[in-house]
Amino acid sequence: MTRRLLTRWATRATATAFLLIAAVAFTDQPARALDIEPVISPGGIKAWLVRDTSVPVLSIEFSFRGGRTYDAAEKAGLSNLLSGLLDEGAGTLDSKAFQAELQNRSIRMSFSAGRDTFRGSLKTLNKHRDRAIGLLDLALTKPRFDTEPLERMRQQSLISLKRRSTNPDYIAGRTWATAVFGDHPYAIPSSGTPATIAGITRDDLVEFVRERFARDLLIVGVTGDITAAELAPLLDRAFGSLPESKVLPAIADATPRLTGDTYVVELDVPQSSIIFGQPGLRRDDADWYTGLVMNYILGGGGFSSRLYSEVREKRGLAYSVGTGLHPMRLSALISGGAGTKNANVAESLKIIRAEWDRMRTGGVTADELSRAKSYLTGSFPLRLSSTDRIARMLVSIQYHDLGIDYIDKRANYINVVSAESIAKLARRLLDPGKLTFVVVGKPAAVTPTAPAPQI
Amino acid sequence: MLGLFPKSAILTAIAALMFAAIGHRSANATVFNPESFTIENGLQVVIVPNHRAPVATMIVYYKVGAMDEPPGKSGLAHYFEHLMFKGTKNMAPGEFSRTVARNGGRDNAFTSQDYTGYVTTFAADRLDLMLKLEADRMTGLRLTPEDIAPERRVVLEERLSRIDNNPRAQLSEQAGAALYANHPYRIPIIGWEHEIKSLNRADLMAFYRAWYTPNNAVIVISGDVTATNVKPMVQRHFGALPARDLPTRPDWKEPPRSADRAVSLSHPRVRQPSWSRRYLAPSYSTGDRQHIYALNVLTEILSGGTTGRLYRRLVVEQALAAHTGAWYSGDNRGPGVFGFHGSPRPGRTLDEIETAIEAEIAAVLKDGVTDEEVKLAIERLRAEAVFARDSLNAPPRILGNALMSGQSIEDVEAWPERIGAVTKKAVDAAARAVLNTDGTVTTRLTPQSKPEKKS
Repeated sequence: MTRRLLTRWATRATATAFLLIAAVAFTDQPARALDIEPVISPGGIKAWLVRDTSVPVLSIEFSFRGGRTYDAAEKAGLSNLLSGLLDEGAGTLDSKAFQAELQNRSIRMSFSAGRDTFRGSLKTLNKHRDRAIGLLDLALTKPRFDTEPLERMRQQSLISLKRRSTNPDYIAGRTWATAVFGDHPYAIPSSGTPATIAGITRDDLVEFVRERFARDLLIVGVTGDITAAELAPLLDRAFGSLPESKVLPAIADATPRLTGDTYVVELDVPQSSIIFGQPGLRRDDADWYTGLVMNYILGGGGFSSRLYSEVREKRGLAYSVGTGLHPMRLSALISGGAGTKNANVAESLKIIRAEWDRMRTGGVTADELSRAKSYLTGSFPLRLSSTDRIARMLVSIQYHDLGIDYIDKRANYINVVSAESIAKLARRLLDPGKLTFVVVGKPAAVTPTAPAPQI
Repeated sequence: MLGLFPKSAILTAIAALMFAAIGHRSANATVFNPESFTIENGLQVVIVPNHRAPVATMIVYYKVGAMDEPPGKSGLAHYFEHLMFKGTKNMAPGEFSRTVARNGGRDNAFTSQDYTGYVTTFAADRLDLMLKLEADRMTGLRLTPEDIAPERRVVLEERLSRIDNNPRAQLSEQAGAALYANHPYRIPIIGWEHEIKSLNRADLMAFYRAWYTPNNAVIVISGDVTATNVKPMVQRHFGALPARDLPTRPDWKEPPRSADRAVSLSHPRVRQPSWSRRYLAPSYSTGDRQHIYALNVLTEILSGGTTGRLYRRLVVEQALAAHTGAWYSGDNRGPGVFGFHGSPRPGRTLDEIETAIEAEIAAVLKDGVTDEEVKLAIERLRAEAVFARDSLNAPPRILGNALMSGQSIEDVEAWPERIGAVTKKAVDAAARAVLNTDGTVTTRLTPQSKPEKKS
């Protein structure tokens, strides 16, 4: 009874989902542009605002550049642990009091630790807006990290790690990250390990808040029933007490170590979890939009991609299969995932390889190109469905420095992509010699080419 | 609360468990203000205008779900749902999704015990096309053996992904089988593997002809549309489809029961034990409606985030549980369910979890809840209704779910008012009505140290 609904398609749990989400970040074009207003508070906090009066709510989304990549290796999981503790007591409010303030006013406050950013989200009814802003300021500048919530969250984190330790998708994701990034911080597990979680102290958390939150690392997007004049002072109240600036240590680029190997991790499950991929494109790559269209045709396009058609529609080999562009600040991948019963793994890998090769050598047809463009340009407004989603988009556009007129220009970026430019990119980028696979399960007739990296 | 953090994992799990309850929370008398009309052949259309962005979400509901499958044909409703994306006399197999995508739209579908829904999200100026596509497949589907065979493999892969790869889901499936002595809810939506394998084209087409008719469908559209512009389109595309008599639906009733059941699973891939208890409860279709609103309030008091009684007592104060909560699902065509779940911290046992949750149940039965708890819970539930408007998908999900489970639009619109009228006395009475009953199902999921022998 835990699942009342079965959906037709679902991304495969976290391991694959994280690969696919980034890829759909900016794939579409609006029928009419959003009216984005840059706002600067009296104290100098910048935000982009889209005023939307349809619902009496306010959504504030924000990111600090940095992210969990800056956690020391021996403190892996610090950002993640902290993301659950900022709303567990701050200022004079202990955990219970702080949570009650949020819940009794239905204020939704949350934080999450990404690879390259630490994100926050606040959503409130307008009538509770002042209190919500006050609580956000407290959470960011005066979190208490009392022993009880710290130990509670630490236990939950340890249990979550334990629970996932036999989950095929989790094992595949960890093995993949380890294979790709080796000893670069990008390989560090997002939720840490039992040893690192056990070793995180209150001092670590306090230092994190002191060193990693600053106004010059901050990006803010706001959507809701609020004017620029009303928002400006609230920005100061929310973020004005943060330090002016912090310098993050330099971290080298992460060159994916992808050698075309097939790694197998034995696990007694009926269905294998598969991750595959190779080096991809950074978000600022000159060929980004060409890559976006190419990926849509190869494996990104939901029920329309070549991989979907070949693996699922024609042969019924898997419930889910897909690829995504996965740009990071210090690296880039094009990668995907699939889940298929052990007997079918070998055939699925063969088809994925063949599709990689077909794209590399044959490019795309005029029909595929036109379908991809019309989807990628036509579906943009679908993401304008809630205030928080719009606000998140405002943060992303600023994070990638795409320009305030990005939404207006986006269709054109996509429409100029040609079959020739895709063929050229495919030849340059796609490399069956680097296409690497991780399989977790008991796949039949799959010979590993190298021992899987230890996770 | 985003990302992988354990606290959010729990909330997500609870959200999944309580899908129905959450749906209900989200309705509001002055929120949706839907418009509705029914055309001559019995097709009902409900419209929730939302002019924030030039987009719309449409769900075509058919009041047929897993509970309507003939004996021995489990999985038929869901398998058939997959096949609705194959061809018609006007469309090649797969062309439905490709057409939606080419027009910048997205599509998906879901199957529950009670109903099946087909979702499209698209630029609002494509509504006419989307209606045309839906009308085409409402009665014009053509299934060939070439369509049926690969899709069966997809469904079997889906079963592996959802159930067989996941010990928790296996136990949940068995718990459902134990909870219902008579009602078809005892059979999983996705079906038993051996029966999925035996479904044939005749079964599928008979199911289609029996249930896919305009008079068994409701179309709910939210977005940048009005009844005035939708009505002629609906008339044009669906007007000629004839109404047909529907099969008689058995009036399933659960017999009285006096025996409590225990269902347990020890599995080598389980690392974290967990416990649950399920009670049959009133639903809109089967029970005392007055209790339903009170049970929503009771669930919020017990399990509303981190200030709910269960989390506060077991997780925070007693440091006993890692996770715990309660859920209630009352908007069903069949019986409702009220449930509790908990998972111990390291060093603590399932027996302790059971004892502690039983103590909380006993406390509710003996002392009831407080006026203050009721007041705050009502406030939070009503706020959810406002947040539901800040979404394109929530209104059609909530309205459709209600209409499919024996409620009216007026019931949905009156929801906040009825929730607001719930008193301490009503909550106490509802708790006694549900939690004093026999015939519960208690589950235990535990690690197994030795590898399994079967398979």
